Amino acid sequence: MTQMQNFTKGFFKENAVFVMLLGMCPTLAVTNSAINGLGMGLATTFVLVMSNLVISLIKNVVPGKVRIPTFIVVIASFVTVVDLVMAGYAPALHEQLGIFIPLIVVNCVVLGRAEAFASKNSVVSSIVDGLGMGLGFAMALTMLGAVREIFGNLSVFGFKFMEGDGILVFILSPGAFIVLGFLIALVNKFTKKA
Amino acid sequence: MAQKESTFTNMLLTLLIVTAISSLAASGVYNLTKGPIAEVQRLKQQKAIEQVMPGFTHYDRQAVMPQNGGDSLLFFKGFTNEEPIGVAVNTYTNVGYSGLIKLMVGFKPDGTITNVEVLEQKETPGLGTKMSTPKFKDQFMGKNPDNYKLMVTKDGGDVDAITAATITSRAFCDAVQRAYDSFEELKKENK
Repeated sequence: MTQMQNFTKGFFKENAVFVMLLGMCPTLAVTNSAINGLGMGLATTFVLVMSNLVISLIKNVVPGKVRIPTFIVVIASFVTVVDLVMAGYAPALHEQLGIFIPLIVVNCVVLGRAEAFASKNSVVSSIVDGLGMGLGFAMALTMLGAVREIFGNLSVFGFKFMEGDGILVFILSPGAFIVLGFLIALVNKFTKKA
Repeated sequence: MAQKESTFTNMLLTLLIVTAISSLAASGVYNLTKGPIAEVQRLKQQKAIEQVMPGFTHYDRQAVMPQNGGDSLLFFKGFTNEEPIGVAVNTYTNVGYSGLIKLMVGFKPDGTITNVEVLEQKETPGLGTKMSTPKFKDQFMGKNPDNYKLMVTKDGGDVDAITAATITSRAFCDAVQRAYDSFEELKKENK
């Protein structure tokens, strides 16, 4: 597999949200607007790349039986760092995303990539994998957020295109499930042969 | 290089080293960002005071205990050249949909609300968070709680609740009411 394939697999073939159905907790919880989805996706991408980097570096010195706790500690440390740095230096962004940042620790995409990829592959491949997976995740979250925002709030990325309140259910949690289901069906229509 | 064997000492040492490095990194970053974060908080409070009490030249801080118990409220009494122009109250409520909400409420000396700013909240994004939009909070501007019932219309008050966020709206009113009660109490004491 070339590095290019390694990078692009995160977008369609192995997309964390649409294909592997990983990381559902943040996916469903934060995507009530496009900007929230994008912000959460990018924050996750950063943690994913950093944790993949560190885990591929230490993969040989960590005994197999304690690898999961080790990975979690590494991931949690990066999340804490992201949280603190954002609070101090990007307060506006932190205000928007502050409550979602701790959720990244429990995102199984991050642990999943650490376990399934970074602990078996080289440092460069792991970084590329983290970047591709993270951006694919961000793309999926942004799409989900955009659709929910369009129907629920009649706006995209915060820009109102029509007056009124929209269909409230799309902003509420059931809307997340409904939209996700339709998006997965749509992605399957284009990627899977009948 | 093969993976290390899972012997007791190996596992113990690995976990010990990994957690030690992680704690060091986390505490290091915490110390580095402590200053800027405190500065951000201070600026935010400063900005909120300016929002709800425009045109002051200096202010006095005073902590006031609300008569119904609970935590103290911070009062910022604003003056323009020794002339009192109003009070900004750092108030709170614990009955938000996700607990604590902190507001900064500005009162004119006669008790009229000048403006309300949200300082801290954990409400549902897209629903409860709408309380910081002008559509909701601007309805408090220029109202005097003396003749403006700080309750949502559903409960027989005068406040239009946020759609699908009645609990948040109630909590918002509760916080403003708490600020007003203490404000009135203080006024009586000073007379």
